[in-house]
This record gives sequence, C-alpha cells and structure tokens, in this order.
Amino acid sequence: MDAWLRALTFSTGYNTSLVTLGAMLLGASAGMIGSFILLRKRSLVSDAISHATLPGLTVAFIVMALLFGDGRWLPGLMIGAGLSAAFGLWGVQHISERTRLGEDSAIGAILSTLFGLGVVLITVIQAMNTGGQAGLTGYLVGATAGMLAGEAQLIAACALLLLIAVFMLRREFLLVCFDAEYAATNGVRAQRVDMLMLLLLLAVTVIGLKVTGLILVVALTIIPPVTGRFWTDRPLRMVAIAAICGALAGYLGVTLSSVRTGLPTGPLIVLSAFFLFVLSLLFSPRRGMVAMLAAHYRFKTKVHLRQGLLALARQEAIYDALTLRVLRRHGFIRRDNVPTPLGLAAARDAEHEEQLWSLYRSLYPDEAAHLDHLGLEPISDCLPPDTVMSLESRMHPPLRSAL
Amino acid sequence: MKASRIDDPAISRSPLAIQGLTVSYGQKPVVYSVDFITPPGSLTAIVGPNGAGKSTMLKAALGIKRRLSGEVLVYGEPYEQQSCHVAYVPQRNSVDWDFPATVLDVVVMGLFRDLRWWQLTRRHHRDMALECLCRVGMEAFAKRQIGQLSGGQQQRVFLARALAQSADLTILDEPFAGVDAATEKAIVEVLKSLKRQGKTLLCVHHDLSTVRDYFDHVLLLNVRRIAAGPVDKAFTEKTLQEAYGGRLSSLQLEQIVMPSATTQKV
Repeated sequence: MDAWLRALTFSTGYNTSLVTLGAMLLGASAGMIGSFILLRKRSLVSDAISHATLPGLTVAFIVMALLFGDGRWLPGLMIGAGLSAAFGLWGVQHISERTRLGEDSAIGAILSTLFGLGVVLITVIQAMNTGGQAGLTGYLVGATAGMLAGEAQLIAACALLLLIAVFMLRREFLLVCFDAEYAATNGVRAQRVDMLMLLLLLAVTVIGLKVTGLILVVALTIIPPVTGRFWTDRPLRMVAIAAICGALAGYLGVTLSSVRTGLPTGPLIVLSAFFLFVLSLLFSPRRGMVAMLAAHYRFKTKVHLRQGLLALARQEAIYDALTLRVLRRHGFIRRDNVPTPLGLAAARDAEHEEQLWSLYRSLYPDEAAHLDHLGLEPISDCLPPDTVMSLESRMHPPLRSAL
Repeated sequence: MKASRIDDPAISRSPLAIQGLTVSYGQKPVVYSVDFITPPGSLTAIVGPNGAGKSTMLKAALGIKRRLSGEVLVYGEPYEQQSCHVAYVPQRNSVDWDFPATVLDVVVMGLFRDLRWWQLTRRHHRDMALECLCRVGMEAFAKRQIGQLSGGQQQRVFLARALAQSADLTILDEPFAGVDAATEKAIVEVLKSLKRQGKTLLCVHHDLSTVRDYFDHVLLLNVRRIAAGPVDKAFTEKTLQEAYGGRLSSLQLEQIVMPSATTQKV
C-alpha cells in the first residue's frame, strides 16, 4: 500500500515517473482513437491489428538477434510489429472488399493465422539460444518494470504525437463516423479518413506493445470509449472522457505494477480500465444502472399516483397494491383506504389537470405528439401561460354547469 | 467538344449540370447517360418509379457513388473543386440515430467545412446553428439527443444542417418520406423561402400529387431521362406514362395531371 502511494505521487524515481507518464499518454491516445473506431463500429479491427503484430515482432527480433546479437531494441521491434500489423490490415481490407466474406470473418481469419504464425516463430526464437529471449514475453502482457529511460521517452513522445494527430483530425473523423456519405459531400473522403483512423490505431497498438502487451492493448482502445459513452451524449465530449479514462487506467495500472516486481503491467492497466467501466456502468448519473433504476422507480410511482388520484376523483375502487401504498404515503388515503380531505383535493386537481391535457391533445394533436411525458407533468410547467389560460376558459362553461 | 460544352452559358450558370452520367451496379446500369442542366434559382423535383435511379443519380453527382462515365459541373467547373457550393440532405435512414450527439451537434457539422483544426467551436457557431434550427422550427430541441426525435424532427434537423452550409444549391433525397403533415408543410416553407433568396433546390420526390404544388421544374427519370423542364411542360400524362411504364392507372394519372387542366380553364 505504501509502495503504491509513493508510486501514485510520482516519488519512486525518474524512470518510474517517466513510464507512468508514458502509459498515461498512451491510454489517452488509445481512448481517443478508440472512441472514433467505436463510433465507426469497427472495434473488432483493433483486435485484428494487435494479433497481427506478433509475427512482425518475432521476425524483427530474429533479424536483430542474428545481426547484432541482441534482439531487444524497442524501435526495431515496433517497426517490425507495425509492418506485420499493416500487412494484416491490408489482408482484412482486401478480403472484405474483393470477396463475399464480411469484415468480421476476414478479421477472424487473418487474426488467428498471423497470431499462429507469431507463436510458431516464438518457438523458433526459443530454440535459437540467443540473448534476451526471456524479455519477449514482456511484449505479450506488458512489462514496464525494467524499462529503459529511452524506451519510456520514445513511448511518451509517440503517444503525445498521436494525441495531437487525433485532435487535428477530430472533425473529419466525426463526420465520417456519423455519416460517411454526407462527409463525402463535404469533401471528406471516407476511404482516406478510414485509412488514417486505422493507421493511428495501428500506431497506438505498436506503441502500447511494451506497456500493455500486444493482446491487451485492445482493451485500452475499447473499454475507455465505452466508459465515456456512459457520461455524455455528445460526441467530442465522449472522446475527451475516453481519453481521461484511458490516462487514468494507465496511471493506476503502472503504479500498481510497480508495487511488487513481476506484476504484469498490461493486465493491471486493463483491470483498472475495467474498474472505471464498472463504476460508470453503475453510477453514471444518467445512463448508469442505479440512476436508471431510480428514474424508472420515480416514473412508476408518478404514474401510479396519478392513476390513483384519478380513481379517487372518479370514485372507482383501487386494487393495485403499489397505487394504494403510494397514496397512503402521500397521506391521500387512510389506512382503511378511505380518502382523506387532502386526498380528495388532490384528486380534484389531478382530474382538472387531466381534462386540460386531454383538451390540449384534442385541440393541438401535432404539438401534443411532440411532448413525451404523457401529460404527467403539471400543464403550467410545460405550456406557456396564455395557452393554459385559453384552455381553462374553454373548459369553464361545462364546469360551471356541473356545479 | 468538352470545352465548347463548358462555354455553353446554360451550363456555366447552372449550379449543377450533369452530362452523360452513367452509374452501374455490376454490369447493370441503374442510371444511363443522363443529361440534366439544373436551372439556377429553380425548385426542381426528380420524379420516377422505385428503382429508377433517382437517389443513385444524385449520389453519383455528389461523388458519393462512383460513376462509370459522364461529368458533373458546378457553375461550369468540375464538382470536386466546387463542392462547397452544394449542400446535401440525405435520407433519414442513412445514419445511426443512437449516435452520441445532440441536435445542435448535428447542425454544427454543417459548419465544419469552414473550421480549421485549431479552431474550437465557438458561441457564434452555435448561434448560427441555432438560427438554422429556428428556421425549421426546432430551436426548442437543440439539446435533445438525436435518438429521441420523431422521424419528421430528424428530417428537419438534417435540413437545418444543410441550411448551416449556406450553399447555393441544396440537394434533398426524399425529404418528405415518412414525415408528418406539419413537418412537410414546414419543409416546403423553408424550400420556398430558399428559392425566394435565389437559391437552387433539387429534390428527389415520390409523391406525384404534390409535384405541382411544391415545384416549378421537374426531371422525370427511369434509368434514362424521360423528360425535363418546367412542370407545366414536362409533367404531363404522356411523360408520366412513359416514366412509369403503365404502373399508374389512368385514374391516378388523371388526378395527378388534372390540376393543370383546371387552372388552365380558370
């Protein structure tokens, strides 16, 4: 706990702080680009990309090991991974465009094939008897503990560049995500924008290799955007929230993994992201489960209250248990279900409201159709006073004769 | 040959001149060698049976669909260089209405063309968008999530987005499909007010009975161009019969063409 606190406050040394910063920037850029990918409904593509990095990564390792004796040079590995991921993407694109297979089946085929190839190549490396092969598993699940300062700087710098690139392209991305055809009429070519989007996604994957590992980087491009969706109905705000969630997940994950040696960074980052997701799922004020349950309950009580009051006004018998309970709680009926004076007054008001609303509905059917609360709100809160007055005056003659 | 076409004043003044446009799905042409010069300042309906290639023709003209042959000129220049003069109102079902966006967000998209990447969306952009929403009677819904709108309201939002582009030519793809009567009236009012401002409108339309009331020019299309011109001249029993190929009964035809007969008598 103490070690974690020190890591959280960036007081465990320059290197760890640098790594933490890098992971946060990575999380932010993954969240941003992931949001657009999610809105474009192509989240699965990031899965294909991440799996397709493995053969390139291993080939780069083998080549560098043969040439220089040590295969663990991060930029080289990143280039290798990027190339094979790009090849995988090209394959997916090619198959889904030229054949009758959909993008999802193309992704499945490419993803498993390239990952299988990568696993075979890993066994080749293990048989090679060269230095540093133990470090290779770090690229599968992420390992930031032994990261060099130069590596951390590279990751942080690349992630920052990505952030800027996504920011610059946000409107083009948004247009294409919402309506690719409309975007085309605005001079924004969907094909080119999609290409850029995938390229940035690929870059995030490659940069994330060492931090989250190649499989789990997918989680960073999917979970934070979904988390962001819980908090807002606005597109660019969602992207911003996803970036914050991603950064937070990176921060929590890296600091947690620094607590004890051997704790894998990637899984901890992913678990942190998932933790934020669950928090949002439960407690976000509008779309969270708690809020939705509460809103549903409030609405239900309101309907029951109105129905109960109308029944009182029309002197109908009430059998529904919830209705009775609600009326009793408001003091509108006694324990033996006899209406109180307060209840009778409220019932008269409810009946009056109901008549005003139904008059409004019959006079202005179009406008009434635009209101979506079934006339449960007080009419004077929803309509301008002059409209209510004119409705009242139309109602009065029949009321007077009734009296 | 090409140069002389562009020199033609009718083409160089037209906000959208289509020449020999062909679009095909596989080997089957859905639009075949269509010529149409949109008269500037007109309110033109594109009319034809289902599958006549009305929407496809427009999408090809707008660069959404690839064309097999033909050219599209905006004020005599290729469309690709002049697309800023053209606003597009797509069909409602072309987007996912669960998209996280408010009504205002969608209308502001109409201003994206003028915004550079370093510029943030500022108050005066939002005010402009609000003004466009006012013109379609939707200002009260600015903060609504778009998924909570009725079909007619969605259509109005798309129209407001096109208004925000303040283009010379607005192309609408079935703006009256599945909307309520109040929305239809509101949209027609906006279209007519744009026409009064000297703007040009081109509109795929499926309701033959309102062509005469709403539009001044018409293009009858059934894969090929059947007829085009002012409604009185081009929208006749003969051309309709040709475009719909017997799919309209004589009674229907009579009802559609009748209004002109009565007005001529008066």
